[in-house]
Amino acid sequence: MGLGLVTLYLSFLILIPLGAVVWKSQSDGWSAGWHQVTSPEAAAALKLTLAISAGVALFNLVMGTIIAWVLVRDEFAGKGIVELFIDLPFALPTIVAGVVLLSLYGPRSPAHVDIAFTRTAITVALLFVTLPFVVRTVQPVLLELDRDMEAAAASLGASPFLIARRIILPNLVPAMLTGTGLAFARAIGEFGSVSLLSGNLPFHTEVSAVNIYNQIQSDNPVGAAAQSTVLLVIAFVVLFALDRLKRWGVHRG
Amino acid sequence: MASASGLSDGTVAVRGNRRPVARYGLRFVALGYLLVLLAAPVAMVFYRAFQHGLGPIWSALTTSEARSAIEVTLIVAISAVVLNTLFGVGTALLLVRRRFPGRHFLDVLVDLPQAVSPIVVGLALILVYGKFGFFGSWIERNGLKIIFSLPGMVLATAFVSLPLVVRSVAPVLAELGDEQEQAARTLGASSWQTFRRITLPSIRDALAYGVVLSLARSLGEYGAVTVVSGHVIGKTLTLTLFIDERLQNFDQPAAYSAAVLLAIIAMGSLLISRRFRTRSRSVA
Amino acid sequence: MSISVRHVTKRFAQFTALDDVSVDIPTGSLTALLGPSGSGKSTLLRVIAGLDTADAGTVSIEGTDATHLPPQRREVGFVFQHYAPFKHMTVYDNIAFGLTVRKAGKAETKTKVNELLELVHLEKFQTRYPDQLSGGQRQRMALARALAVEPRVLLLDEPFGALDAQVRKELRTWLRRLHDEMNVTTVIVTHDQEEAMEVADEIVVLYDGRVQQVGHPHDVYEHPVNEWVMSFLGPVTHFGSLLVRPHDLDLAHETSDGALQATVVRVTRLGFQTVVDLDVHGAPLYAQLAREATDRLTLTPGTSVYVSHARGESVPAVPGVPVPEVSVSPEVPAAPADAAPAIP
Repeated sequence: MGLGLVTLYLSFLILIPLGAVVWKSQSDGWSAGWHQVTSPEAAAALKLTLAISAGVALFNLVMGTIIAWVLVRDEFAGKGIVELFIDLPFALPTIVAGVVLLSLYGPRSPAHVDIAFTRTAITVALLFVTLPFVVRTVQPVLLELDRDMEAAAASLGASPFLIARRIILPNLVPAMLTGTGLAFARAIGEFGSVSLLSGNLPFHTEVSAVNIYNQIQSDNPVGAAAQSTVLLVIAFVVLFALDRLKRWGVHRG
Repeated sequence: MASASGLSDGTVAVRGNRRPVARYGLRFVALGYLLVLLAAPVAMVFYRAFQHGLGPIWSALTTSEARSAIEVTLIVAISAVVLNTLFGVGTALLLVRRRFPGRHFLDVLVDLPQAVSPIVVGLALILVYGKFGFFGSWIERNGLKIIFSLPGMVLATAFVSLPLVVRSVAPVLAELGDEQEQAARTLGASSWQTFRRITLPSIRDALAYGVVLSLARSLGEYGAVTVVSGHVIGKTLTLTLFIDERLQNFDQPAAYSAAVLLAIIAMGSLLISRRFRTRSRSVA
Repeated sequence: MSISVRHVTKRFAQFTALDDVSVDIPTGSLTALLGPSGSGKSTLLRVIAGLDTADAGTVSIEGTDATHLPPQRREVGFVFQHYAPFKHMTVYDNIAFGLTVRKAGKAETKTKVNELLELVHLEKFQTRYPDQLSGGQRQRMALARALAVEPRVLLLDEPFGALDAQVRKELRTWLRRLHDEMNVTTVIVTHDQEEAMEVADEIVVLYDGRVQQVGHPHDVYEHPVNEWVMSFLGPVTHFGSLLVRPHDLDLAHETSDGALQATVVRVTRLGFQTVVDLDVHGAPLYAQLAREATDRLTLTPGTSVYVSHARGESVPAVPGVPVPEVSVSPEVPAAPADAAPAIP
C-alpha cells in the first residue's frame, strides 16, 4: 500500500506534469513545436544558454577541484567558516543571489564594477549558483583517498607534482565529471539570479529559462513547452551519461 | 583509507616536500575566487541593508504586504515540507527496504527535480492543474483553484525540494540495516510499531537534517513559484516574489531587507543542518 | 652497516612514539622490528623511509646521512600493510611505475617488469587491475613494484597482516626465500613473534617507543633481558617471584632445591604435550610437559606435587606488568622453515 501511495504522489507531482510538458510541445504537431524551438529568439537564447553554461561548468571543473584540494589538504585559520559557507549558493534563494551580486557588481557598485545587462553578468550569476557542485562531489573522494598510494609513489621516486598528476588526479576524475555535469544541468535552467542581473535583452543576454517564462506570460504554451522539452532532454542526457560514468568509476576505484 | 600504520601523519611524502609556492598559490587562488564571488557580494548586501541601522529594515518588513508575504511563505513552505517529509520517508523506506520492479526508475525519479529548471516546473504544473490543463476542468467543476493560488505554490515548492528528505534518510537507512526491525517483528511488533519505535528513532538526526534542508529550500524557492503564483499582492506573494515586486517598484530598501532576511535564514539553516549531519554520521 | 638510526625521537601531540631509539641494521640481513601496536615499530620504519620525519636524531643509509632527504631520494622500497596499490593502473603499470618515473626506456622497462612478474608469479595477471586480485596477489605485486627500482633497502610494514593465516604463512616462507636469493637489506615490521622468529636473521624488540632487545631469534627467546621481552616472545608463567617458560618446568613427587610445592588444579592432555594448571598458595602457575613426563607421575586434581625450574632463563617478575594468562592451547611450534609452499 505504501508503494501505491508513494507512486501516486510522485506521479501526480512529477511524472504527469513533466509528461504534460513533452506532450504539449507537440500538441500542435511536432513540426510546430520544432518551429518554436528554432525561432530566432528562442534559438539565440538556447545557444547563449548552452555556451555560457558549458563554459561555466568547465571553469568549475578546475576551480572546484582546486577549492576541494585546499579544503582537504591545506590548513589555515578560518577554514571552518569557508567550509561552511561554500554551501551558501545552494541554500540561498536564486533571487537573493541576484540581489547579492547586483549590490556589488551592479549599477550602484561601490567598486565601480557594473556588469548589469551584459553577458558577463550571466557568467557571474551562473558561477555563483554552481559554485558548490564540483567542490562537494570531489571533496569526499579526496578525503577517502588512500594516502599510502601517495607515500608508495614517493618511495618509488615520484615528485609531489607527479604524484598529484598521476596518482591523485586520475582517482578524482569520476567525481570531477559528476560535479561538472551537475553544474551544467543546473546552469542551463537557472532563472532567478540571471534574470535579475542580465537585463534579459533578447538576442543578447536572454537565456532559455527567461525566454520560456516570457512565452508563458505571452500565452504561448506550446513555445514554452517545446523549449522546456529541449532543456529537459539535454539535462536527462547529461544525467544519464553521469550515471554511466559513475559505474565506470566504481570499477576502477 | 588513511595510512594503516596507526598514528603516522603520512603527509610528509606529498606535503612536506612541496614547495610552499605551490601551496600558497593554490590557497590564494581558491580563497581569492571565493572572496570575489561569494564573500564580498554577501558582505555588500548586508552592508547596504544595515547601512542605516535596524530601523528601516524593521519598518520595511512590518508593512502589511511584507507581513502577508512572510505569512504566505511560511504556509507554503511548511506545507511543502510536511508533504515531502511524509512521502520522503516513505519513499526512502521503499527504496532501501523493498525490492520491486521499477525500483531503479523510482530512484532516478527522485533525483529528477534537480535537473529541471524551476520555470519548467511551473509550466509543467500549469499544464496539468491550470484552467486549461489536463485536470483543469475537473478542478474548476469542484470549485478548487490550484494554479494562481496557494495549493499550486505548495505543489511547485514540493516539487523542487522533493529529493532532500529522501536523500538524507535513505543512506542512513541503508547503513543501519534492517536487523533491528526484523528483531522487533519477531518479538511481535506490528509494522507501524516497528516503524515508530525502532526505525524512526534511529533516523531521527538524518531526518532532521533533511527537513532543515527541505525547509530552507522551500522558503527560498523563486522560479517555480513565480510561474504558478498569481502575484496577487497580499495573497499569493512569497518573500522571494515580494523581493521581485519591490525591485520592480524601485523600492530597493524593502527588497534588500527581505533579501537579507532570507540570507540570514539560509545561513542559519546551513549551521543547523551541519550540526544534524555530523550527529547522524556518528550514529550510523 | 646498511641502516644506522641514532637517537631518534618522534612525538605525535602528547604521545611519544619513539624515545631515543638507536638501531643498526646489518647489510644484507633480514631484520624484524617486533612489538605490539603502539610500540613505535611502524613509526620507526616510516622514519627510516622518510615518510615521517623524526623530531630528533639521525638516519643513515649505506653511510650517507639521509635524515633530511625526502623519500624520493632515499632509494628505499616500501611495502604497505594494505598494499597501497595504484587502483587506477594495471598490475603491469603498477610494477613499472618506479621505472616510468625514472624515464626508463620502454624496452628496458618491459624486460625488467616481466622479470619481476615471473619472480612473483603474476605473469598471467599483468593486465588486470588491483581490485581483481586476491590479497596475496596484491601483496606480491606491491613487493614487485618496490623491487623494480632496485632499492638499497627494502622496508615492509606488517606486509602480511591483512591476509589469512594460511596465506600469511606461505608468503612468509616465500619472502625468506626471496631474500636469500636477492640479498637486499630487508626490514620487516611485525607484531607476530612467530613470524619474526621464523623469518628474521635478527630481531629488534620494541616496546613503548624504546628498543628493549636486539639479537638473533634464538637469543631473544632464550635469553630475554626483561619480563616484557620474555612475555612477548613466548609463553610465560610465574614461578615464585620469577617469570619462567612453562616448558622449562619439571614436576616431581619429591622435593628438590628451589622447588615449590603446588596443588594440581587441572590436567589437560593435548596430543604430544600436557598442560598442568597448578596453584601455589593462591597464585596460579602452569607447566607444559612432554607427555612421557606426565605419564610417569600421578597428577590427580587436588594432590600435591613439586615444581622446579629445571632449565632456561628467568626474569624477575615485576608486579603490574601484564602477563598473558594463557594456560590451555599454548603456541604450536612454527612449521619448519624449509617446507615447500604453494604460492597463494
